[in-house]
Amino acid sequence: MIIHDALIAPFTEFEFMRRALAAVIALSLGGAPIGVFLMLRRMSLVGDAMAHAILPGAAIGFLLSGLNLFAMTAGGLIAGFAVAILAGVVARTTELKEDASLATFYLVSLALGVTIVSIKGTNIDLLHVLFGNILAMDDQTLLVIAFNATVTLIVLAVIYRPLVIECVDPVFLRTVSRAGAPAHLAFLALVVINLVNGFHALGTLLAVGLMILPAGIARFWSRDITGMMCIAVGSAMVSGYAGLVLSFQTKVPSGPAIILVAAMLYVFSVLFGSVSGLVRQMFPGRHLEA
Amino acid sequence: MAAQLQFRDVTLGYDRHPAVHHLNGEVASGALLAIVGPNGAGKSTLFRGIAGILKPLAGSIETGGLDIRDIAYLPQSVDIDRSFPISVFDLVGTGLWRQVGFFGGMGRAARDRIAQALSAVGFNGFENRSIGTLSGGQMQRMLFARVLLQDARLIVLDEPFNAIDAKTSADLLALVQRWHTEKRTVLAALHDLDLVRANFPETLLLARGPVAWGATADVLTAQNLLEARRMCEAFDDSAAACAVDDTPSRAA
Repeated sequence: MIIHDALIAPFTEFEFMRRALAAVIALSLGGAPIGVFLMLRRMSLVGDAMAHAILPGAAIGFLLSGLNLFAMTAGGLIAGFAVAILAGVVARTTELKEDASLATFYLVSLALGVTIVSIKGTNIDLLHVLFGNILAMDDQTLLVIAFNATVTLIVLAVIYRPLVIECVDPVFLRTVSRAGAPAHLAFLALVVINLVNGFHALGTLLAVGLMILPAGIARFWSRDITGMMCIAVGSAMVSGYAGLVLSFQTKVPSGPAIILVAAMLYVFSVLFGSVSGLVRQMFPGRHLEA
Repeated sequence: MAAQLQFRDVTLGYDRHPAVHHLNGEVASGALLAIVGPNGAGKSTLFRGIAGILKPLAGSIETGGLDIRDIAYLPQSVDIDRSFPISVFDLVGTGLWRQVGFFGGMGRAARDRIAQALSAVGFNGFENRSIGTLSGGQMQRMLFARVLLQDARLIVLDEPFNAIDAKTSADLLALVQRWHTEKRTVLAALHDLDLVRANFPETLLLARGPVAWGATADVLTAQNLLEARRMCEAFDDSAAACAVDDTPSRAA
């Protein structure tokens, strides 16, 4: 019964916990596969930069309409797309690499966003924007998150093949197809969509957490990209569930609790992962015949 | 024999500096052409121009109406991210892009073709190996298997036998000869002059500009090779603009 009270009861007794659980499941389904591609494309920190880039748009939405879901979502999407496209265009038409051009644009965005929020908002508003509040999901927010996750999975299925080839052998893709650039831009759009999703639940500072940490975990358990995506989704869901329970039982803020649980899984994976985990490297077993 | 490739006073390069300067000439359909020259001669740059990933600074390259998917371009393997978690089978399977594209299924026929291509390069049993575990020679075998699957009319190989052992070179050279007998046009950048003399009937000696182009025996003379070695590799930022005026273009 104690286990039931600790692990199950919060969700059977409180609707806000069920909503939060549904939100982290949707976030995991959409964000974790995107995180795997970010990691494999060596763009993990680019995801973090993009998370800051959505801030001014969300802030303008907030300035115009207060804590209005659709205004902040639309603002975040517009700002994120603008930064992604501008950085992508600069990277593909000049010698500046994508990470460098994104760094420039996101820093400007972040400064702009904090300035806009501070013009009208209070510190509490700023905290909401920076850290989100997954325990205050209303129907509309939940639907937006689920819709974005669905769009993500459909678009990812469409661009999957060129995206994989562009990761492993971009020159080959350029010689057989013109799909590389559109697939890359579509991928950046998916990053933005999922960051806006994460923004509602975890805030701009942690939005990228449920994308990148599960991807890092997956790298230690699978050598195959399909396996990685499945493990990333699973570990994101487990982190979300355990983080919510931790938050409910200890009053730790829910966003940081979810990310800290993911971080614990990450540390466990670094130590005991079957693919290049530290313990595995220390005790690899006897070598094979061939 | 109709021309498969025509270079019309083409200049290719980077940042306005020519790496291949004013190249004229044509490659007949079904030709087996070696491109020879010192490091920095412009061989890889020329191939990038042919593959359509580098636009000419001036002049044009015409590919006889070939679609880009009819050109198989094998760059030096350093361009591939070997840490990416993909198996040999899946990577070779990307050679079927022309047939399967975005959504086409990889059915039994496609899988059989991949298996045949792997078998043709002596790669049975390597299907599930991650590409990160392959040696340089094995990597090259895998990439040749992908070129086989591409089934292209024009095949462009950039230093395909670099840093691989004699047996692998011989096996892959046999594939090149097979493509030649199938009347495909094959261009290969090479450094082994003995190999070129023994296997390639036609050679272009390049040293940023063309030094000689024709029958291999006539091109690879001591005098021509000496002239190619005198090539200046460095770019000159204070150089005057080239007097020849032309419009960059690349006809498909």
